[in-house]
Amino acid sequence: MGVRSLAVGALGVVLGLAFSTNAIAAEKKMVNYVVKNGAIAKSLTGKPGNAANGRKLAINRKKGNCLACHKMPIPEQAFHGEMGPELIGVAGRLNEGQIRLRIVDPKFFNRDTIMPAFYKNTGFTRVLKKFKGKTMLSAAQIEDLVAYTMTLK
Amino acid sequence: MGDIMKKQIQGILIGAAVAVGLSGFAGVASAQDMIYKAGDRQSGYMYAAKETQAIQDDDLGNPAYIWVDEGEALWTKVDGKAGKSCATCHGAESAMLTDVGTRYPVYNAKLGKMQSLEQKINEERQEKMGAKPYKWESKQMLSLTVYMRNGSRGKPMNVSIDGPAAKFFEAGKKFFNQRRGQLDMACKHCHEDGAGMMIRANMLSEGQSNGFPTYRLKWQKPGSIHRRFRGCNKQVRAKPYGYGSDEYVNLELFVAWRGRGLSVETPAVRN
Ligand code: HEC
Ligand code: HEC
Repeated sequence: MGVRSLAVGALGVVLGLAFSTNAIAAEKKMVNYVVKNGAIAKSLTGKPGNAANGRKLAINRKKGNCLACHKMPIPEQAFHGEMGPELIGVAGRLNEGQIRLRIVDPKFFNRDTIMPAFYKNTGFTRVLKKFKGKTMLSAAQIEDLVAYTMTLK
Repeated sequence: MGDIMKKQIQGILIGAAVAVGLSGFAGVASAQDMIYKAGDRQSGYMYAAKETQAIQDDDLGNPAYIWVDEGEALWTKVDGKAGKSCATCHGAESAMLTDVGTRYPVYNAKLGKMQSLEQKINEERQEKMGAKPYKWESKQMLSLTVYMRNGSRGKPMNVSIDGPAAKFFEAGKKFFNQRRGQLDMACKHCHEDGAGMMIRANMLSEGQSNGFPTYRLKWQKPGSIHRRFRGCNKQVRAKPYGYGSDEYVNLELFVAWRGRGLSVETPAVRN
């Protein structure tokens, strides 16, 4: 078990929590989607997402916070997490539909995964009231993240 | 200190941490005697930044020592209808000599369940002293628990999970492995699978409890292990349990057992 010391833990610097509880997420009404061959082929909104917005969502601690676990080509952010694989090059490994399903409900691929489902609103235990029955992100935000992830060639 | 030396000979590794041992407290281990690594288990100290370790190592600079002093004063302070203090029954220094900090939570036959140190203190206050219970996260409760656990500093964590404690231990273990919240994560995901990894700017540790009540730089004061549990639950957007709830006392037992053999570090300093 490797113990690396925190590079910047300067005296008295108080670091933020990995996940904030302040965000009120997304939608109550889910868009239905079809999983086929380990992928969701169709856009949840029927439209392509906005990659620039997806990049912002990946950084935002109250939204995607993908950086908590993944190294991504986002050099202006000092801290990238290590719990998941590097996403640099992921669009060469997976197609758009696979990436969409991976973000919507990663347990489809791995029951034991630590990665949260970003478009799921049931089947959880003791969810805080303000997040109950809600998804982490909206369908449009999922599409923005799919569009951004597809740029990671 | 003698039995700690023995433990070293038995092959338990001492963390290779730089120690600025200035401890002048009678009967309390100084920084270089601490066991930060026991078997495959490591204290949060080993995952902390060097600067944070340095604050903990320096007893004169550790901001939590004000709470130790405060707790010592409460130990001898008469309170309640019976006109007694803790010291009336236990002696002026007994907190320094006992191993209470290593043993709690313990099974309480009268209650038929586990009892945490905070709950024991309030039982003593109500039943022996005729005094009001302290609120869980109050200055008094934190001071007294910091003082008492500091009295066991350097001694290895050693909770009993046998006999009547077994089923509560199992409940705590189940809690640790149960996914919860909108993020659907269990304690084990961050503190077993993730220990040693960065989660953005935070280095994940094993989630050991041997330093509690811990002085968190973020809190600017010591906090109980139940406060930490609540914080970790809320991080994954799960509804926390109450201070002193059966769920958390059982979880505390399991977490203390996970850290068996690690030195009590109270008051530890963490981010
Ligand atoms: C708490 C940790 C965590 C968070 C947050 C997280 N992931 Fe993951 N992710 C993982 C892990 C771990 C894997 C590896 C496979 C597994 O365990 O299922 C993974 C795998 C992936 C993969 C597949 C990679 C490959 O090479 O096959 C993609 C794509 C992905 N994540 C995208 C995202 C996006 C986009 C976000 C944010 C919206 C995100 N992840 C947030 C932990 C996380
Ligand atoms: C999303 C990740 C995550 C989950 C899930 C999580 N924690 Fe934590 N926990 C952290 C972080 C980050 C810290 C601060 C850095 C560290 O010490 O690991 C922390 C710190 C701790 C500490 C303090 C360690 C020390 O040395 O001071 C304890 C104890 C703890 N967690 C227990 C738990 C328990 C018990 C659970 C489940 C109820 C849990 N955690 C769930 C992220 C998590």
